[in-house]
Amino acid sequence: MTERAQPPETAADLRADMLRLREEFPALHQRVRGRPLVYLDNAATTHKPRVVLEAMTRFYAEDNSNIHRGVHALSVRATEAYEQARSTVARFLNAPSASEIVFLRGTTEAINLIAHGLAHCRLRPGDEVLITHMEHHSNIVPWQMACNQSGATLKVVPITDNGELEPGAVERMITDRTRVVSVVHVSNSLGTVNPVREICALAHRVGAVVVVDGAQAVAHMAVDVQEIGCDAYAFSGHKLMGPTGVGTLWARQELLAELPPYQGGGDMIEVVTFEKTTYAKAPAKFEAGTPNISGAVGLGAAVFYIEQVGLDRIHAYETWLLERATEQMQAIPGLRLIGTAPGKAAILAFTLDTAHPHDIGTILDMEGVAIRTGHHCTQPVMVRMGVPATARASLSLYNTPEEIDTLCRAVNKVKEVFQ
Amino acid sequence: MSEMQDLYQEIILDHNRKPRNFTIPAHANHTAVGHNPLCGDQITVLVELEGGVIKTIGFQGAGCAISKASASLMTEAVKGRTIDEAKVIFEGFHDMVTGVAGAEPEALGKLAAFAGVCEYPARVKCASLAWHTLQAAITEGPTQVSTE
Repeated sequence: MTERAQPPETAADLRADMLRLREEFPALHQRVRGRPLVYLDNAATTHKPRVVLEAMTRFYAEDNSNIHRGVHALSVRATEAYEQARSTVARFLNAPSASEIVFLRGTTEAINLIAHGLAHCRLRPGDEVLITHMEHHSNIVPWQMACNQSGATLKVVPITDNGELEPGAVERMITDRTRVVSVVHVSNSLGTVNPVREICALAHRVGAVVVVDGAQAVAHMAVDVQEIGCDAYAFSGHKLMGPTGVGTLWARQELLAELPPYQGGGDMIEVVTFEKTTYAKAPAKFEAGTPNISGAVGLGAAVFYIEQVGLDRIHAYETWLLERATEQMQAIPGLRLIGTAPGKAAILAFTLDTAHPHDIGTILDMEGVAIRTGHHCTQPVMVRMGVPATARASLSLYNTPEEIDTLCRAVNKVKEVFQ
Repeated sequence: MSEMQDLYQEIILDHNRKPRNFTIPAHANHTAVGHNPLCGDQITVLVELEGGVIKTIGFQGAGCAISKASASLMTEAVKGRTIDEAKVIFEGFHDMVTGVAGAEPEALGKLAAFAGVCEYPARVKCASLAWHTLQAAITEGPTQVSTE
């Protein structure tokens, strides 16, 4: 894999390289309804390269054991594999310390953990939590719950017609009562890439904690939490070519120390008596019970894989593919792209004037093209854009220009049916 | 194209384009609202019941072709029927779209156009939303239904 270390310079080189990588994803090579699968639902979940599947199989076949406190050889190996994954993720995010990496079920659990914790230790009546209009429900509902519990107020940064944060709105809406700013790095329904670094600088002027939902970012662009300057960053393994059921919360040491435990149980304690329990330090404090060990091992392998391919090259290729796809789709009469922010990620949400997104999705499926339809867990975005739902094609490094051609041909078939 | 035509039969496309009974009956005395949270479909069914008979029926709302055509064809199928007759039709329709063995689409007249839905489990809720909503409208109980 070392020959991939040097970025090739042309789109043709990148294209040839990514086409080779495609061979490493077994699930992509199948027929659906008699046609070759064209998988364009990567914002929902990505497929897994063989190295990830093999790492997880190997773990169960050779090292399977419970972690921590085991004195036998398998337990030591399992613990090493689990903690190695933590170090890999820390390096991936450029986190200052692996002890700031908490393994959880995914982004949703990470945001719930931090919202729940901040409701206890920071938020008071009259305080403000600032989110944006383009958040996934998983970055809305936990904060509503935290606000209900603490008496804080939820404020929402508006978005423009093309799906960007309204210029100047974040600065205008941060007040001396703002305690938390929680923002999505890359919108799952619009593709917009938010200026998280600038938002952190504005929020830190008033001492607010900044939480970034990185679920749609990490597989598509290099993320450096120190460069961003956020206080917490969450992502899910399965959108990064890793397994489902495992994800990461990175948060600054001081913040993790301040947050109360989220769940009680084994592995998160120092000393337990019936009178009193003292808690372990982070990350163990937040990892009660046997964690998803094989999941973490798979996630570590996925991160390693992505690093080997190189996020700069992935980003360059996906950007090239997105530009082509955007051009082709915009040429289809009656097709409206929802989310057209400059510099957006490779997500193409659209509607047709004659067909409902659900019917688009079914007809595309008949052509072997897998996309997602609906509100994408962003109902406020649908209302803002004036649509009941959208059809969404989301790209990954293994997609090809030929697949974009198939997508467009299939969309034209939808138009034929719904003339 | 045969797969496409199995699901999107001409009669379905026609009722999607020109839904029948897409009105608010002037003397409606029973109504219910149905939601399909999965895709955002929403439908209101309004019925004028007289002596246990569906005298007039109309619907409002927005959704995909399957849900809209299903609502439209449903209104035609149950108009003038008794509540019990409508329930029997719904049972037959439900068996057909969920692929229950022994279902008899031919007994359902025009509604047989939805027989292809059983091949698309994700779309069964689209086809049955209007029926669940009608059932809520004409029977005792909550007047808000959800397919989830």
